[in-house]
Amino acid sequence: MRIRNHRDFWSGVLFIVTGTLFMVLSRQYQLGTAAKMGPGYYPTMLGGLMAGLGLLILLGSMAKGAAPLKIERIDFKANLLVLLAVAVYALTLPKLGFIVALFLLIGISSVASHEFSWKTTAISSVVLLVFSWLVFVKGLELQFPFLPTFLTR
Amino acid sequence: MELLNNLALGFATAATFDNLLYCLIGVILGTLIGVLPGIGPLATIAMLLPATYKMSDPTTALIMLAGIFYGAQYGGSTSAILVNLPGESSSVVTTLDGYQMARRGRAGPALAIAAIASFFAGTVATLLLAAFAPPLAEIAFKFGPAEYFALMVLGLIAAVVLAHGSVLKALAMVVFGLLIGMVGTDVNSGVARFSFDVPELSDGIEFVAVAMGMFGFAEIILNLEQREKREVFTNKVTNLFPQWADLKRAAPAILRGTTLGSLLGILPGGGAVLASFSAYAVEKKIAKDPSQFGKGEIRGVAAPEAANNAGAQTSFIPMLTLGIPTTPVMALMIAAMMIHNIQPGPQVMSSNPKLFWGLIVSMWIGNLFLVLLNLPLVGIWVRLLSVPYKVLYPAILLFCCIGAYSINNNVFDVFMTIPFAILGYVFKKLDCEPAPMLLGFVLGKLMEEYLRRAMTISRGDWSVFVTRPLSATLLAIAAVLLVIVFLPAISKKREEAFAGDD
Repeated sequence: MRIRNHRDFWSGVLFIVTGTLFMVLSRQYQLGTAAKMGPGYYPTMLGGLMAGLGLLILLGSMAKGAAPLKIERIDFKANLLVLLAVAVYALTLPKLGFIVALFLLIGISSVASHEFSWKTTAISSVVLLVFSWLVFVKGLELQFPFLPTFLTR
Repeated sequence: MELLNNLALGFATAATFDNLLYCLIGVILGTLIGVLPGIGPLATIAMLLPATYKMSDPTTALIMLAGIFYGAQYGGSTSAILVNLPGESSSVVTTLDGYQMARRGRAGPALAIAAIASFFAGTVATLLLAAFAPPLAEIAFKFGPAEYFALMVLGLIAAVVLAHGSVLKALAMVVFGLLIGMVGTDVNSGVARFSFDVPELSDGIEFVAVAMGMFGFAEIILNLEQREKREVFTNKVTNLFPQWADLKRAAPAILRGTTLGSLLGILPGGGAVLASFSAYAVEKKIAKDPSQFGKGEIRGVAAPEAANNAGAQTSFIPMLTLGIPTTPVMALMIAAMMIHNIQPGPQVMSSNPKLFWGLIVSMWIGNLFLVLLNLPLVGIWVRLLSVPYKVLYPAILLFCCIGAYSINNNVFDVFMTIPFAILGYVFKKLDCEPAPMLLGFVLGKLMEEYLRRAMTISRGDWSVFVTRPLSATLLAIAAVLLVIVFLPAISKKREEAFAGDD
């Protein structure tokens, strides 16, 4: 038996794992009965359903008629940079304030573009800062720490 | 007549200065993000949702958000015609003939017919919404928990059947969404499920964080992978007034598109995208000279444009009358209503008539704004298209982060977008549709509630779903849909229909 459709194969694996995981995690909650469902009833049912579907998908990926598909190349750089930028923003916003967080977010995420340039990034950071201040702080009156905490003390 | 009274109330509500202003803001913003590829109404509405909390009147908030949604359908056609780049997935078909018309110097008539078709469809859809909402809500009042559960099952299955790609995988995605929706405190027992002792998770995962991560951030990462390169058609667009011959030719297509769009918009998983694809396919099938399609056939622009606008608006019907979202955007609308303490469902019409009718009428007003504004403003939209992606996407990231933070003033929600971004990326690579998952996520706890209640009332008897007539009917339809889609003949047709999409 060969894996023909790699995408379906790994989807199947993902679903089986997730379904089983939820079923296992649900064991700590009371099952109850059909008439009086406990917190564990529905998740267990769904987990089982999901694992079952995953198995069907996995088997289907190895069937004769399956479309031969491989998974496309994964761009780790783009993933890493964008997500790192978001994580850094979330980490720095409370203590270092919005201004610092914004520059870090725009700076780190911009590097991921194949057309990256320091100048454009710097200019757009400033423009976005002013824009955000006008629209989100003044206009929509959203609350978030602007300056680093050691400056506002 | 009841309908006229309701419409009058709607006009009185929608025509206040505030509501008109926010309607205008909504449609302009919608057109803007519709024109720009890489950002769509889903991410935008998700971003602005927390901000609407500050608005005192929920009607105003909904009017603006709705404006963003159907405004994006207008904007998407502009970039489709001028740049061969669909701003929205519902405008993909418009690129086929619209861009060809632009290349032959007929961009003006293409844009004009697109706008007129959209306006006509929007008007009709608004009237349909006004006419059919009350009777539908009436039926909904007869619904008990078993019926609601069956309806949601039908809704999710219909979404799966009408969705792109493998039905089995879409079903699994729905279940995935349902499971993730389980995170949080179980209302019945007070037990905090799957929260791993993290206090922020005891209320469940924030919907906005999931939407932004899976649809916003994942999209950006995928775009970066593809190295977006755009060639903008910045030739002067002249001659915006369509010729009479064009109108005559397009008219039947507009009618067909509107009808098809209105019907498909009501179905879960359908909405604007399915409507536009189907309308194009239908036009091509019944045309006397199908070879013209793909070369600048104006019916190839008129029909999908009418269909996507009709579909966008009629997709509000299930949400407003039954409280059931048929697409992720509708799920956001429901979230907006709940932020303002309005419980979506059939009672909205009687307990908040101003909101209900005001929203419906505002859609027509919004369409009016759009058709009047879009044509003169085409030049501005074109110039905007030349903003390089490398500037655009960090801005999108920023706005999403700001939005996610402002839900609870907690960076936790910003962090939550990250695993869902990864998930969204992985799903795309594995050919798994994210939209069914989002629907499942929204409906998860609700479905469990209804299942529980139905079982409690029937004392554990599962046959209650088939012994009650309404519920049985709904489940039967769902079963029929599943059978149909698995029949070999139909599954081939489905593959063909979606092949043009890739």
